[in-house]
Amino acid sequence: MNTFITLAIVLIALSFVYTWGAAASRRVASQTGEKLHSRPPYYGLYLVLWCAIPAAIIFIVYSLITPTIETVIIQSYFPQEVLNDAAELANQTRQVESIAGGFGMFGEPAPYQVQAAAALKNVEWIGKMALVALIAVAAVAGTLVARTRISPEFRARNRIETAIEMLLITCSAIAVLTTVGIVLSVLGEAVRFFTFVNPIDFFLGTSWNPRFSTTGHGGQGDFGLLPLLWGTLMITIIAMIVAVPIGLMAAVYLSEYAGPKFRFVAKPMLEVLAGIPTIVYGIFAAFTVGPFLSTMGDAVGLDINATSAFTAGIVMGIMIIPFVSSLSDDIISQVPQSLRDGSYGLGATRSETIRRVILPAALPGIVGAFLLAVSRAIGETMIVVLAAGNSPVLTANPFEAVSTVTVTIVNQLTGDTDFASPQSLVAFALGLTLFVITLCLNVVAIYIVRKYREQYE
Amino acid sequence: MAAVDTAVEAPKTKNPHAHNRFATIRRPDPVARETKIEAKDVSVIYGTKEAVHGVSIDIPAQAVTAFIGPSGCGKSTFLRCFNRMNDTIPGCRVLGQLNMDGEDLNDHALDVVLLRARVGMVFQKPNPFPKSIYENIVYGPRIHGLASKKADLDEIVERSLARAGLWNEVKDRLHEPGTGLSGGQQQRLCIARAIAVSPEVILMDEPCSALDPIATGTVEELIHELKQNYTIIIVTHSMSQAQRVSDRTAYFHLGDLVEEGPTKTIFEDPQEPRTKDYISGVFG
Repeated sequence: MNTFITLAIVLIALSFVYTWGAAASRRVASQTGEKLHSRPPYYGLYLVLWCAIPAAIIFIVYSLITPTIETVIIQSYFPQEVLNDAAELANQTRQVESIAGGFGMFGEPAPYQVQAAAALKNVEWIGKMALVALIAVAAVAGTLVARTRISPEFRARNRIETAIEMLLITCSAIAVLTTVGIVLSVLGEAVRFFTFVNPIDFFLGTSWNPRFSTTGHGGQGDFGLLPLLWGTLMITIIAMIVAVPIGLMAAVYLSEYAGPKFRFVAKPMLEVLAGIPTIVYGIFAAFTVGPFLSTMGDAVGLDINATSAFTAGIVMGIMIIPFVSSLSDDIISQVPQSLRDGSYGLGATRSETIRRVILPAALPGIVGAFLLAVSRAIGETMIVVLAAGNSPVLTANPFEAVSTVTVTIVNQLTGDTDFASPQSLVAFALGLTLFVITLCLNVVAIYIVRKYREQYE
Repeated sequence: MAAVDTAVEAPKTKNPHAHNRFATIRRPDPVARETKIEAKDVSVIYGTKEAVHGVSIDIPAQAVTAFIGPSGCGKSTFLRCFNRMNDTIPGCRVLGQLNMDGEDLNDHALDVVLLRARVGMVFQKPNPFPKSIYENIVYGPRIHGLASKKADLDEIVERSLARAGLWNEVKDRLHEPGTGLSGGQQQRLCIARAIAVSPEVILMDEPCSALDPIATGTVEELIHELKQNYTIIIVTHSMSQAQRVSDRTAYFHLGDLVEEGPTKTIFEDPQEPRTKDYISGVFG
């Protein structure tokens, strides 16, 4: 309830500031008799920005530094032996926080803990009051400063434009910085992993056998990437063999042959395939497709494992079909009608036109779609976890069980893990490898797609 | 197309698809011309809208016939009947008879693939394929099996480009993309591409509307030369172009063929008030 009241106060204050600014601009205009540069709402918005932004900055800074200050205050009450024990320190700090928050703790608190809690409560209260006061001062000061600037020549409209640009920049920066943050955190852990295992052994090793039980550096197992990478590659190839022809031909049918009514129904239905959670595909692969393929293999004398690269690849291919077809369909539709007319006008049939004019014209875009699909397949996890068999061996036989990079990451990070051991840290190195591979593929794909677009624009 | 119902004073006949809604004024030609294509009561219907109302006209061989008229008058639609390009538009029907050398072009049994080899088309916007100049020219001959040996194809490329007046400009860069040429060159490449399959008739749908005056001049000269060997039908919005290039002119208005005859007669002495208004620039 408190939050709602605060929010309501803020909104009311801001709308008051807005109205005041707009009215002030009108007053200034009528007093001086000059025409305002911008319409009154812009002056109102300008005041709102000056009211809200400094206050918001103070609030953000407060939220960032308070936890540190509070921890320092709590720990100043702790005896030396607690301070020396990292785990106990963290535990007791949490206990003091919960006493101060009114939740109490299990067992009887030590006197110094009670003191710390009281001090913390006190500091929290002072902090909150100070925050409210600071915010109020900042808001009022900001508003007044902005108010003095209102004059007919003042370009409030242009300022608002700049502010909106800043807002948009901030939003895109968040997306970009998140990516950078993910890379950095993975990179940090991966570097830690490479202090345990030689990068050459990792990237070129042909054996994957990280023994969980062993400790120390002597027998920590083999961390060869190649069997996993090969498993990923094999499944991806099988998936592409399934997805590309079917997806491409579906796209050609949809964009060139199907009537508008059929297209209207069929395209969303095909895209539903893309919306099915991959775990459902995984179940489908492990319990329906796998046994079916195995039985079929028996019939023709092939020894197909129910969980194998083949099973996972086929189901992953089915998953990727809508991805390929939807992208290709968009690209084929972008080929100008005039090229089709030109080809028909020379007496070419529909399939000749598609084969000799439309597909060559759309080829760069289709290659881009293909690469995006590949990077999708490489990163896919749930299908392979359930259907690839999880057997990290180098084998050229697609009918045998394999393991992939993604499956191994899941395996290494589930269950009881010690984040200081190479057995867990290897997951970050694997993740980084995967990230770099898909990043490269995406960059190439985007480059190709963009180059193609330029042709018709 | 809603204007169809409002602007016509002539009464409708019982069967709206059977006849022109009023008589076309036909002007005598001082020269006797051999007829290449004979259209009889041709109507074109898009879904429920009739865009061309029972048009009858004779297209003379080895001459240029110009179709003129305001936008939406059905002249391009009518032009597309001659190579059955209207087939590619869903929901479009063509009624009536179109005889080329005594063969009904509107017959469903007719092979449109072969027809389009005989009746070539050049479009409003130059539309070279995103292939090399060479590949653009040999596209048609290849799909129709006119030639397969490299030497024969080379000869077709040279002959077609020469006829289109483009050979000297591009002979050193035949394997560069056709899309890299200038607009006028691209349009002449498209004409060369149409010539390469040895058509009898060439349809041109506003071939110069995307070109500058100089490129237009070049294409018009080309049209003039081409009529020695081909029957040409050109749709144009430019009255001066119709006067410069055509031997006969047909004026279309809201899906009707209003007046047709020798170009000189039509422009100097139009009989129909609408023709007169259009060519003197009152509307259009």
